[in-house]
Amino acid sequence: MIEVKNLTKKYGSHLAVDDISFSVNDGEILGFLGPNGAGKSTTMNILTGCLSATAGSTTIDGFDVLTDPFEAKRKLGYLPEQPPLYPDMTVREYLGFIYDLKKVKMPKGPHIAEICRLVKIQEVYHRLIKYLSKGYKQRVGIAQALIGNPRVLILDEPTVGLDPKQIIEIRNLIRMLGKTHTVILSSHILPEVQAVCDRVVVINKGRIIADDTPDHLSANLSDDHSLSLILEADKKKAMDAIQALSGVKSVSYVRSHGENANEFVVDPVVGYDIRKPLFELMRDKDWAVLQLRSNQMSLEDIFLRLTDDTTDTAVLERSLKRRKEQNEQEGAQE
Amino acid sequence: MKAIIKRELKAYFTSPLGYAVLTVLAFFFGIFYTMYLKNGSADMTNVLYLMVLALFVVIPLLTMRLLANERRQKTDQLLMSAPVNISMIVLGKFFAALLFFCVFFVEVIVFNFVYLFFGATIDWLVFLGNILGMLFLSAALITIGLFISALTEDQVVAAIATYGISLILLFMNFFMDIFSMITSITVPTAVSEAFDWICFYTRYQSFTQGIFDLTNITFFISVIAVFLFMTVRVVDRKRWA
Repeated sequence: MIEVKNLTKKYGSHLAVDDISFSVNDGEILGFLGPNGAGKSTTMNILTGCLSATAGSTTIDGFDVLTDPFEAKRKLGYLPEQPPLYPDMTVREYLGFIYDLKKVKMPKGPHIAEICRLVKIQEVYHRLIKYLSKGYKQRVGIAQALIGNPRVLILDEPTVGLDPKQIIEIRNLIRMLGKTHTVILSSHILPEVQAVCDRVVVINKGRIIADDTPDHLSANLSDDHSLSLILEADKKKAMDAIQALSGVKSVSYVRSHGENANEFVVDPVVGYDIRKPLFELMRDKDWAVLQLRSNQMSLEDIFLRLTDDTTDTAVLERSLKRRKEQNEQEGAQE
Repeated sequence: MKAIIKRELKAYFTSPLGYAVLTVLAFFFGIFYTMYLKNGSADMTNVLYLMVLALFVVIPLLTMRLLANERRQKTDQLLMSAPVNISMIVLGKFFAALLFFCVFFVEVIVFNFVYLFFGATIDWLVFLGNILGMLFLSAALITIGLFISALTEDQVVAAIATYGISLILLFMNFFMDIFSMITSITVPTAVSEAFDWICFYTRYQSFTQGIFDLTNITFFISVIAVFLFMTVRVVDRKRWA
């Protein structure tokens, strides 16, 4: 349904989106997860034709957004980060305007009434938008995206600024819409994506770090038994010694922590607990252990870790990718 | 385009600004008209001459929010993601402002009929020239305001910049005269001719004498076309930022 290929966007010398590719299948709810400034909104703006890409292509239902904008845009409804509302219009006038603007063919009255019922804004239908609460404004924004019954919905942080009850309502609404639409939803709140989406794309600093189902992502990471280790020891010697231990699958060097202190990630063979042998090794060699930490992570952790500026995400990314491949192989074997 | 025109017109008629603009126009028109009537003049030409001042005051107020506000409210994303051509959006805004302005012309025509009712003779060709001249002049000023509105997010900045630029374009040769008077430098004839050529007010005056000079019509149409085109480019360029 949606194909994004090698999309790149530069603002001057600042790289906002760096060569990302993903696709969304028909009827899927895709979560777009990343911290603020990761490039989520930029990507969505490009998808909807509000921005141009520096390189790469995006197609919606086979129509390129750049070369076939009318066909592509006719198929999508977009709720930007800030709902695009005219404060001096009533909800009725506003939705009527959108209807005219999108040149919708369906009968006007019933179509708008149906949408209002769906997003529950009937009671504010005749009120001026500027007097609505944030929750209602957000819903009017969603109603706007639904006009013309587009097959693709692109929602940029639809639950931001809402109270917990409203958040749950909007999530339920999105889940319901997902049954009949293809939805891309961005968020920086992890449980939200977990609750609503079929698939998650994690993006940071303009790059895709992970692309998997929320369950897989969570499982892959929580069965990560690798240990993070900071030793006061020579890098080469330590790596060789640890590698020689039985039960160790691989050792990778992460970075140096000042003089003679080095961080490693030790990955055990599945089923082995290598904490004890590691401890014994260090005792024998008389290496000071500055840190020994399990990398078993919750989704929240992984998200923070993935999007943290201070850690090297490359190692994590590699391990995620590897685990995904493993899973796929296992799946194929079954 | 129809949707945009409809929305903008509605916005003019539901905001205090629209009514303020119409009030100012009606107020000045009333004063000038009475003034000339008292002098026993039957010609509306001079009244409309003076109305150019009111036009100058009012048009930047009409155009300042057209595109600047879309950006400030982020509603530009709505327009850009809708299956609508950018030039249609810009044209829609332009026609909305122009149509709103035509309310004033209705007023002028009504005044004229009242005049007729009291037994005055009206030179309809001169009157048509007046109206046409003012229509072209206001359309040109509206496109300039629209263009400037596309450049900024701030309505006030848009209005002030439009005042500055339309003031210069309207009374260019007048400013030049002042300049040469103060500095006692004689401006080269080529420059003064160029200024005369651009000066909107001079062009407008020729309409009011009932002269349908094709160069003047072409001039105003070109100004309108150029500024509309530049507006479309500016709006489109933002996508390529």
